[in-house]
Amino acid sequence: MRAEEILTKLKDKFSSRVLRVFEKSPRRVYVDFDPKDVPEVARFLFRELEGRLATATGIDTRNNIELLYHFSFDSSGIIISLRTLIDRNSPEIESITPIIKGAEWIEREIHELLGVNFINHPNLKRLLLFENWPEGKYPLRRE
Amino acid sequence: MAKTVIPIGPYHPLQEEPEFFKLLVEGEKVVDLEIEIGYNHRGIEKIAESKSYDQVLFLVERVCGICSTSHPFAAVNAIEDLADIKVPERALYIRTLIAELERLHSHLLWLGLAGHFIGYNTVWMWAWKYREPVLDIFEKITGNRQHYAMMRVGGVRRDIEADDIPAIGKMVDGLLPVLDMFRGAIMDDPIIHARLKGVGVLTKKDIFEYGALGPTARASGIAIDVRKDDPYAAYPLVDWQIITQEEGDVFAKAVVRILEMYESIRIIKGCLDRLKVVGGEIDAKVKEIPPGEGIGRHEAPRGEVFHYVRSDGSNRPVRYKIRAPSYMNVPTNQKSVVGGTISDATITLAAVDPCYCCTERVAVVDRRTGNKRLTGQDLIRLSQEKTLKLKSDIGMMKG
Amino acid sequence: MHLKTKALTKSIWVFHFAAASCNNCDIEILDALTPKFDLERFGILLVGSIRHADVLLVTGAISHKGMVRLKRLYQQASQPCLVVAVGCCACSMCIFRDSYNMAGPVDKIVPVHAYVPGCPPKPEAMIMGIVKLIKALRRG
Repeated sequence: MRAEEILTKLKDKFSSRVLRVFEKSPRRVYVDFDPKDVPEVARFLFRELEGRLATATGIDTRNNIELLYHFSFDSSGIIISLRTLIDRNSPEIESITPIIKGAEWIEREIHELLGVNFINHPNLKRLLLFENWPEGKYPLRRE
Repeated sequence: MAKTVIPIGPYHPLQEEPEFFKLLVEGEKVVDLEIEIGYNHRGIEKIAESKSYDQVLFLVERVCGICSTSHPFAAVNAIEDLADIKVPERALYIRTLIAELERLHSHLLWLGLAGHFIGYNTVWMWAWKYREPVLDIFEKITGNRQHYAMMRVGGVRRDIEADDIPAIGKMVDGLLPVLDMFRGAIMDDPIIHARLKGVGVLTKKDIFEYGALGPTARASGIAIDVRKDDPYAAYPLVDWQIITQEEGDVFAKAVVRILEMYESIRIIKGCLDRLKVVGGEIDAKVKEIPPGEGIGRHEAPRGEVFHYVRSDGSNRPVRYKIRAPSYMNVPTNQKSVVGGTISDATITLAAVDPCYCCTERVAVVDRRTGNKRLTGQDLIRLSQEKTLKLKSDIGMMKG
Repeated sequence: MHLKTKALTKSIWVFHFAAASCNNCDIEILDALTPKFDLERFGILLVGSIRHADVLLVTGAISHKGMVRLKRLYQQASQPCLVVAVGCCACSMCIFRDSYNMAGPVDKIVPVHAYVPGCPPKPEAMIMGIVKLIKALRRG
């Protein structure tokens, strides 16, 4: 499937729920969604459009926590990054690990480095930090 | 049958700290796997936020020593994606040359370790012996055997001298008969077939579910390779092909890596030919990085390296995200190791080519209270013994 | 102690521990055993248990998880056990010195008898480091 087709299908499926589309270049597109739509969009990109979750980036922008789920469509070379913003003071979002097994470690990492709670994650324990690392202290937060 | 727990500690038999890999076994069979990482976590993403873009390249180089240029390669791709930088053609060939030389040394390294794990120590010695000329060439053209510091935003830091081109060509030509030897020794050996075929199988479905990459995915018939899927540098400019196998077992993963080395040599020679005629700048002389975000990737020997960078227009990244290929590949062991035997565990864990020191930290946990202690060395020994047994069963006892 | 130390300089058994390492030093250590450098002909052997080792080679900056291990290892080693910090990370932590996950360079955790800097140090440099250590021990 070509890059334009993938984008068109995504826009057609979710129409008004697409908050913003930023086409940085033909192969780098950023599409913004509300956090509650993330699992459905992730499922669509993964199952229907056969995208691969390359990884996810979490950023503390000081105003909020921004999450970017980077989906790679290897047959066309395009990366569609699904962007969403969550509340910095109580950051939580539905986990996509039940949909995509490969998301397990990715979400655990964002959880311990940024403090995001992934609801219904099957195994949300520490991955990288040692056991005695203080609770509530998130290395990638800007305090 | 109750599950028994055998802790394996290469460091201390009585330690209770979690190991990297904890295998739960019933008798000889592995029934579950727990993976615990974090020993190598150095906080590189956080450190990157206080470094300039140039410094970030030196920093990310040290994410992994074996894939040393892979991370700077993804990094420059990400920063150049962000800032829409066009890299001079000569630099593209130099980048590709370095990356493929790295693939050669990395795959030879893996071949040696894999040989050691199944008891073919001559394979280990030969693979690492023939790795040395690759490292010598690196030292000749970059100044260091590892950590070559060749990438720069907008180009490369050093040129390849015209005088060095024949030496590089001669070295890779010298590797071809060696690869033929390995191909014969490994791919045609019935004992290795018996040892590795059907072991540690990952199906296409497993690959999709886990998002696995690189030779691990290609050995299961999934033809993904960043160099073809999202072309960059000189990969679209020289002739080569993606290598895949279908069976998804350890044998297939070994074959993919061996055959990929031939393709790497093709790419290297293609780049050398072009470097003889393509002159010009090797650096776009980038002065500033504008605000924005970028994604860069590179097909490292282990699979896709993925970098994301965000800039606010200053000379330091606001956010730097790194995802190494092993991060996606290592969890697949939950499928490939579970259901196999203890004697196959080491080679299966090694088949996705994780960081070397990760494979040192293995615990075999047998939940009955007979606390049988096996070290990581014991697991390797079990694997080597299995090969010996196969050799005698097949009636070809070699020394 | 002197007699014992001198005794161990005949043939050195080495145990290798990697904490938070990029593996380059680790690979170069193993490389030193391969045919090109071939340390085994000097009686330098890599052993699988710290209890048999005369020398503990440490690579990598020491993370918190690694520190617990390293301390235990050193406690279990039969004395005299000489510690060699191999690579810049082990010597001084280098670019990782500001990291939130690091406990310190090796000498903040266990005594170090020799430092072999480099990123990574070439096998020749490591051999030189061990030779210097042996010479220093022989001098008393």
